[in-house]
Amino acid sequence: MPEKKHIAVIGAGAAGMEAAGQLARSGYLVTLLEKDGQTGGHVKDWYHLFPDRRDSKEVIEYLKKQAGHKNVTLRTGITVQRLEKNNGLFVIKTSGDGEIKSDAIIVATGFDLFRSERKEEYGYGIYDNIITSADLETLFRKNEIRRHNGEIPRKVGFIHCVGSRDEKVGNVYCSKLCCITAVKQAMEVKKHIPDARVFCFYMDMRMGGAMYEELYKESQEKYGINYIRGKLSEVSENIENKLVVKVEDTLAGRPLKMELDMLVLMAGMEMSKSGLDLARSSGLQTGENRFFAPADHHFGSNKSKTDGVFYAGACTAPMNITDTISHARAAAADVIDYFRNQES
Amino acid sequence: MQQDGKKRIWSDYQKEIADDHFFYVRSCIRQSFFPGSEQFFLHFMRDILGKDVYENPSHTTCTGIGYHGDVVPLATIMTVVARHFALMKESGYKNIAISCVTSFGIYTEIIETWKHFPEELEKTREYLYKATGREFDVPENMAHTSDIIYKFRNEIAEKAKYKLINKETGEPLNVVEHIGCHYSKMFPKYGVGGAEFPNVLGGMIDSWGGKVIDYPERRHCCGFGFRQYLVQANRGYSLSNTVKKFESMKPFKPDFVLTNCPGCNMFMDKWQYTMKEMEGTVYGENGESIPILTYEELAGLVLGINPWDLGLQFHMVQSEPLLKKIGIEYDPDNKFKTKDGRQMPVPQNLINA
Repeated sequence: MPEKKHIAVIGAGAAGMEAAGQLARSGYLVTLLEKDGQTGGHVKDWYHLFPDRRDSKEVIEYLKKQAGHKNVTLRTGITVQRLEKNNGLFVIKTSGDGEIKSDAIIVATGFDLFRSERKEEYGYGIYDNIITSADLETLFRKNEIRRHNGEIPRKVGFIHCVGSRDEKVGNVYCSKLCCITAVKQAMEVKKHIPDARVFCFYMDMRMGGAMYEELYKESQEKYGINYIRGKLSEVSENIENKLVVKVEDTLAGRPLKMELDMLVLMAGMEMSKSGLDLARSSGLQTGENRFFAPADHHFGSNKSKTDGVFYAGACTAPMNITDTISHARAAAADVIDYFRNQES
Repeated sequence: MQQDGKKRIWSDYQKEIADDHFFYVRSCIRQSFFPGSEQFFLHFMRDILGKDVYENPSHTTCTGIGYHGDVVPLATIMTVVARHFALMKESGYKNIAISCVTSFGIYTEIIETWKHFPEELEKTREYLYKATGREFDVPENMAHTSDIIYKFRNEIAEKAKYKLINKETGEPLNVVEHIGCHYSKMFPKYGVGGAEFPNVLGGMIDSWGGKVIDYPERRHCCGFGFRQYLVQANRGYSLSNTVKKFESMKPFKPDFVLTNCPGCNMFMDKWQYTMKEMEGTVYGENGESIPILTYEELAGLVLGINPWDLGLQFHMVQSEPLLKKIGIEYDPDNKFKTKDGRQMPVPQNLINA
């Protein structure tokens, strides 16, 4: 009977919460495991979401409702160390010598933001007025977009592709979300500081989602955001504590040096450390991009090569919230299909 | 500026530097332009620290300038370097100490090439054996001599007679540190502190009481750049790079510049004369130019060694204003005298003199 089946979902970010909720509503018992003290993954740290600038709190409320189903047992502060399979049943070894048994597993370990300090030449963690896109979301939430000395920044730059499409740091893939996030954040900056001048330094503007192109256009026509095609080479600080950026403007075909009050690094997405640890300890396959490799890119993007282990969300590739929720639902459907096949 | 961020980067780029028993290879141009530097290094290592540093009289140029000037092919320079390693092997040494940043870059590049293309190593062994009958081993430890002074910077601080502090104000001196491109920009892992925020010179400045300046064109080339200068038609480009660098550091009021590369030291020193002659521009305070020191010269000054024994008088930009700031005693009458008291010719048009 379906209600006797038990699924462990590893990771209580957007994908894990949605998958847990979907399975619970279908009558399955779910244990939702989260290594941190609270649920919500990266979304809870965000301010507004693209493309409609919805407050992320609305998404968190929705996800909490999903995962708050009576069939879901939430356990936070639990680190999964290893997955074992015996006679079709899984044993999940957790921190503190714990064990959880389940009939199937959904891995939803999500992503880590690229640590921007690895791009040493960008000076994150060294120069005071360089922040990441995640830091900026926190400032938006506090309504305190200020320089380190408390001044309001009048000239703000956004650097795309920090840790993405960058062989030097070992990430050749596109993180997909940074371009649209920069567009959204650039507009938010203008809303907070109407007289600010905002520049986005990009390699390509990849506007591949619904309403992305429209937002990009709006950012230029309504907000006057300047887009400069060129990759940042280095950042330094002058005697007035202004940031000095060097960029090659590849459309103008000339080097460009500019002083800025604040610089925002659009940090890319990487396979999470917890996901990597799990892959190594449990023999789960990863791709060249180090994310979990699905069994089939076209027909099995939620399936691993181990029967009964499924993937949901950004642990397989960079993904926005919309796609993550869809992917999590598909994972739940695959789990249900897996049980159905066992019965037949 | 968050110093912790720099320390985090430095912790990623710590190299192993041998403690003793060095096979020392000199620089071609340092012996001519900064003759006291290498002499001080040997004195410091042998007489003050009691280390074993060996020089082989058969050591030659590494041919790096020719290599970067496109007149010496790769196979040739690899064989020349292999010969140096053969001399080292024959002398019973495994740790090489390299005085020149260009040579250090050459040695590093060649060893890395051999790691990735072992067939090149075998070819080089064959070329050297056929030409000289010699055999060689790759050094177990390779350090630039600035790495070695960095390693012993605290010993120098303990024995210091002077600190890098303005005697009048009590404030730390503002120091620009400038590493040679070939020290760590090609292979950051072989430089103390890496390439973006190197600490090999900054660590000395900190230990000896000074304050490192971070200015916008800190990473920019000194202006030498080999072909920028070696091709005569490009020399305006060489000079304009140096101008850019000095314009950028000027607002920070540097008291002096510390380098670890012979080319950087020479160009940042001598182009200041050119800039002054061409446009009447100086970049230091009080109408003075900015002294450019080698790390050995600075270590020697800190230890209280006579500035003229360190060869400071052979720079284009003279160091007397700096010596006065620190409170270093010197005898102006002995500046251009030999050890036995004979007067040498006095160069004309020295700056800051």
